[in-house]
Amino acid sequence: MSVGDYIRDSQIWKSIFRHPAPYDRRNRVVVMLTNFFLHLHPVSIKQHGIALSYTWCMGGITFFLFLVETITGVLLMFYYRPTLEWAFNDILALRDVTTLGIMREIHRWGAHAMVITVWLHMYRVFLTGSYKPPREFNWVVGVILLKLTLLLSFTGYLLPWDQLAIWAITVGSNMARATPVLGHEGPGFQFLNLGGYDLITNASDARFLLLGSRFVGEETLNRFYILHCVAIPLASAGLIAIHFWRVRKDGGISQPL
Amino acid sequence: MNSLSQITSCLILGSTDPHPNVTPSVLFGLGWLYLILFAMNVVWTWRSFHKARHFRLPEFMGGMDIPNAALWSIYSIALLLVSVTHLTCASVPEALRWFVMPDFAKAAVDSVVADARIYFAVTTGAFIAMLALRDWLAKPNVGWGILNLSLLFLCVSLTDWDFRQIVGKPDNVPIVAMLFIVGYFTWLYFYRANQNDRRAAEGKVPAEAENNEKVLTWPDLVYTEMICMIAITALLILWGIALQAPLEEPASAVKTPNPSKAPWYFLGLQEMLVYYDPWLAGVVFPSVIIGGMMAIPYIDFNKLGNGYYTFNERKFAITTFMFGFLPLWVGMIILGTFLRGPNWNIFGIYEFWDVHKLEALNNVNLSEYFWLYGLGQPLPIAPADSSFVVKSGYILLREAPGFIAIGAYLGAMPMVLAMSVFKTFFLRMGFLRYMVFSNLVLMMAALPIKMVLRWAVNLKYFIAIPEWFFNV
Repeated sequence: MSVGDYIRDSQIWKSIFRHPAPYDRRNRVVVMLTNFFLHLHPVSIKQHGIALSYTWCMGGITFFLFLVETITGVLLMFYYRPTLEWAFNDILALRDVTTLGIMREIHRWGAHAMVITVWLHMYRVFLTGSYKPPREFNWVVGVILLKLTLLLSFTGYLLPWDQLAIWAITVGSNMARATPVLGHEGPGFQFLNLGGYDLITNASDARFLLLGSRFVGEETLNRFYILHCVAIPLASAGLIAIHFWRVRKDGGISQPL
Repeated sequence: MNSLSQITSCLILGSTDPHPNVTPSVLFGLGWLYLILFAMNVVWTWRSFHKARHFRLPEFMGGMDIPNAALWSIYSIALLLVSVTHLTCASVPEALRWFVMPDFAKAAVDSVVADARIYFAVTTGAFIAMLALRDWLAKPNVGWGILNLSLLFLCVSLTDWDFRQIVGKPDNVPIVAMLFIVGYFTWLYFYRANQNDRRAAEGKVPAEAENNEKVLTWPDLVYTEMICMIAITALLILWGIALQAPLEEPASAVKTPNPSKAPWYFLGLQEMLVYYDPWLAGVVFPSVIIGGMMAIPYIDFNKLGNGYYTFNERKFAITTFMFGFLPLWVGMIILGTFLRGPNWNIFGIYEFWDVHKLEALNNVNLSEYFWLYGLGQPLPIAPADSSFVVKSGYILLREAPGFIAIGAYLGAMPMVLAMSVFKTFFLRMGFLRYMVFSNLVLMMAALPIKMVLRWAVNLKYFIAIPEWFFNV
């Protein structure tokens, strides 16, 4: 009896994988049904639906990059402190002295790649008409996920707390100042006033809500840190689950009707 | 810090130019790039050899049949020679002067890209040409030729110092890559769509519907996914080793960089700020883009083209979406990343980012056009001590031409279109759906329209009410 057989015969192995190795047709079906990670997939799939020149694999890569970002991001969170005193120095140390500081490079390049792959996924879904009935609503979920991907990248942009970071966020968030009605330089902010006093000022408008301050400062760093590490990833994870579930329920990958 | 090290290196090496176009290390690196290009073309030659396709020379050249592979092999050998020359002669830049971008070519390229008008005209023209010539462009040999031309252009351009500064910025590398990736997938789409359109003309079903047996997910799909995951992981690690993530000086609220740029994926929005005020370009239009994209499945009533690639069956949808994605989104990101320099001026790709470059801005509001130039009288201004209501009345009177123009554009224009070009759309969509659709299309067109008006007649605002922060 070989070592491999010995392991596969053990009680431990059998308690985890409840079927023999997927070498024959029956077990290849069973593995898809009994494995938690694989049960996202159907047991069998139309041949054209797995052709790379049809799918471009961009949705799958986006999801994989999301996982990469989560793992490298959690590792970075062990090291990085989101305060004015430490944020920049921690990133500097990650670059120069920290073991496995390359996690930051992977995290940043992975984020850029994710933005590109999510666009290409949308591009492919549009070009194959895959948003047409019955998949209309999943396209809507996808648009929200696209938006969340951009917001994830945007909030993460601030965390290194260098010149690139704060000025990119300053430029980006200055727009919120001009939000109609809710921004203190937006059209119609005068409508919200009480007895002649403006309710919308630079300390109470949409930009203040985003930054937690009248300019990009420590409150902003904290706010963006929470958004980047907790709030948006949770929202994305939930929507990704719905997105995948609906792909299955709407009949799998799109195909000619 | 940076300039100091440049000065010291000049002193040590005895070089006089702090911005050298060619250095031995640049030429040596280019040698490797040409070698990679050579290897790619060897693979392509091998493919052509097995496909055994020929092309016919014109009659005056003998009218012979020449195998495609012969041409590609000659080209590959040329690349190999260029590469070897670079690798061996890198220390004698004079020997490689034929492979350096000549100044007149730089001037020619810069005169095209460094002007928003020409840039927009060229990208839009290229977009129309792409649609018109899609049958020819979708041929593999043509696609490969375009890829080679663009890579050669990149290689030769890298001999310019300013070009290297802007393209070689770590955060800009993914954008260069994105250009090629988006180009490739657009090509792939036309390749597959043409195939299906030809099949449809012959009365056949789309290729996706043929030979479509079911296969087991394990192993056919899970193995592909596994390989894909390994490839992506390897790519990210190599990318991380090769390029350090950017880290500039510590944040300082008092030192504003010039230019201050948003993250690259928002540069399309930042570009809109040139033409529209922040409340539109930064808040309303992005919301309309998101909302409009969500609305697409509920607007598109065309049942055809679901689950397969086609162009002919969805001409309007594909053209509109591609116009939004390619020239307006990706094109504006390219413009914002590579061409926008200090003071948000436009610079050529070979041009030094001079902080002192001046561009005259004499923009005129629609109301000024109407009252001052049209009627020859001053703008209506309320008497100094009048009440809020009277002042508002005067403001509205002053900006009446703008309100009428916008009202006509978003209110009356859909009706005119419904009776003319969008007649079938109107009949099939119903009133509400059609109004949403036509307003979305008109708002998308609002950006190019404002651009053209800005360039043609220096139009600043259709409606200019700075008193209320309401400028359109």
